[in-house]
Amino acid sequence: MTQHRLIAGVFDSEENILAAANAARRAGYPVQDAFTPYPVHGMDHALGLAPSPLPKYCFRFGTAGLLLTLAFQYWVSLYDWPMNIGGKSFNASPALIPVAFELTVLFASLGTVASFLALRRMSPMKKPALPDLRGIDDRFVLTMRLHGEGAGAETMGRFLKEHGAVEIREVEAQS
Amino acid sequence: MSTAHWSALRIPWIDGNKTNSDVSEDVCAPLERAPTKAWYYALAASSTALLIGAVAVTDQIWTGIGTWGLNKTVGWSWDITNFVFWVGIGHAGTLISAILFLFRQRWRTSINRSAEAMTIFAVMCAGLFPIIHMGRPWLAYWVLPYPNPMGPLWVNFRSPLLWDVFAISTYFTVSSVFWYMGLLPDLALVARRANGWRKELFSRLSLGWDGSHRTWMHYEILYLLLAGLATPLVFSVHTIVSFDFSTSVVPGWHSTIFPPYFVCGAIFSGFAMVLSLMIIARKVMALENYITVRHIDAMCKITLLTSMIVSLAYSTEWFMAWYSFNPYERFAALNRFLGPYNHFYFMMLFSNMVVPQALWSQRVRTTPWAVFIISIFVNIGMWLERFVIITISLHRDYLPSSWTMYHPTRIEIATLIGSFGLFFTLFLLFCRFLPMIAASEVKGVLSYGRNPKHAGGDHDAA
Repeated sequence: MTQHRLIAGVFDSEENILAAANAARRAGYPVQDAFTPYPVHGMDHALGLAPSPLPKYCFRFGTAGLLLTLAFQYWVSLYDWPMNIGGKSFNASPALIPVAFELTVLFASLGTVASFLALRRMSPMKKPALPDLRGIDDRFVLTMRLHGEGAGAETMGRFLKEHGAVEIREVEAQS
Repeated sequence: MSTAHWSALRIPWIDGNKTNSDVSEDVCAPLERAPTKAWYYALAASSTALLIGAVAVTDQIWTGIGTWGLNKTVGWSWDITNFVFWVGIGHAGTLISAILFLFRQRWRTSINRSAEAMTIFAVMCAGLFPIIHMGRPWLAYWVLPYPNPMGPLWVNFRSPLLWDVFAISTYFTVSSVFWYMGLLPDLALVARRANGWRKELFSRLSLGWDGSHRTWMHYEILYLLLAGLATPLVFSVHTIVSFDFSTSVVPGWHSTIFPPYFVCGAIFSGFAMVLSLMIIARKVMALENYITVRHIDAMCKITLLTSMIVSLAYSTEWFMAWYSFNPYERFAALNRFLGPYNHFYFMMLFSNMVVPQALWSQRVRTTPWAVFIISIFVNIGMWLERFVIITISLHRDYLPSSWTMYHPTRIEIATLIGSFGLFFTLFLLFCRFLPMIAASEVKGVLSYGRNPKHAGGDHDAA
């Protein structure tokens, strides 16, 4: 946990915050994050964020679910307690597919959700670091990191104002 | 969304020239004000129905399922009809939340939250019936493969009934998780506006949602992945439910068209239920600007399409009865038309094939009360469809000496009433305590089809 100071520009439209974020990145300002009531498309690029690793995790969890379930069903039906039911073959592979499919989906879903919560460290205990509460309601907030004794706060503020921010605030944040 | 979404050809999905703050206000309002009288009356009615069901279930668990009208020929009837009916209702919720999401049908944003809630409650009602049918519901965990001191003795993985256990429980788990993840941004919004213990509760429930773009980026991928997983899941669930019948050798059940036939029937009945619920909810909760006539129109088109597919399935059954030259298949089809239960069959054909044809007319599709009446017909027709498939196929089997009739007892009727009570009680509580419109998603489509130049003083992402 380190304390640091942020400059937050409050915007009232999606277009303005997106344009400001793109301009700030081109001008080399230390953009920290954007807080918006809904996902603003194009913001990933404007903030220079790497693609999410979730699809990779999802695939791994799904594969694990598939293999574990198939292995368990074969072990039960062929080795641990083979049961003769209506003369059906013990090694009735097609009959093992439905359960294997369902558990693939179950593992992949729960695994992806758990990965998401872990990536963002989300839990009922988490106190979110919000520069401006309106960012989850009706405003769009772009934040920039301040270094040292708040040097550059003025230029950043002016830059954000020029790009359509309706309000500039200085906030303390933990990360 | 940005100006790129504006076109003279596009009609906005949300009426009333709403701004982002209006959406927050409108979505949270039902949670923040005292419930209306209508809500209390509805809750009183539904909890009375729930109580009737609870008494009936207690009685049948105490006495045994001999209190039902089943006999040695008709071993499945009312209970499994209700089970399949309720599972089917749930499927529309997943279709709206997952499949329409994958197809980028953004009108779904106004209805997906409540449709998903409907899915979860319907699957709860469905799960109830096989469990009470077990007779000793306290041993329900026997259906799971758990290490036990009897060997361990495992479940039979080659039985469709076991596949059903896994299908329904996975469906319930994944739908609940999908729904809850969708709720996170709105729970944070409710917490922001609330005070005292409600603020504390909702901010804990929102798992520390911050709305930052680093979160949104992962969240959107998560939502897409869950939608992608829920889509094959919903098809697999009703496919597996249909396997309960089609893997047997009963004429009228043993048929390869069952999986697609059941999945379409499920979506058909589910959309009818969404329409019935939404047409009432938009009036009672004053959400006409969000759930507009255009949403009803779009849902009616899907209902009409699935009605046509279900009609095709019925016709295929008649064709196969004739074409297969199988005397048992032929008898099963004739028994539906001419047997002692034929009034149910004709009622089913009328409700599912004939009544929905009215939806070809745009006038009908955009008249809420007319759509409501049609949706009630479809709900009843689809319940009857399951009764027709299950009971009419069983009651006259291969041996004429064991032919018999089935009549539901008061206990069974009360249990069905109770399941409706459970469904509506949960739905009413949901409308009161959770945001029933996905505010964060609606904000994203506000500007759809709205001319930014005419947005008149509207400064919020219009």
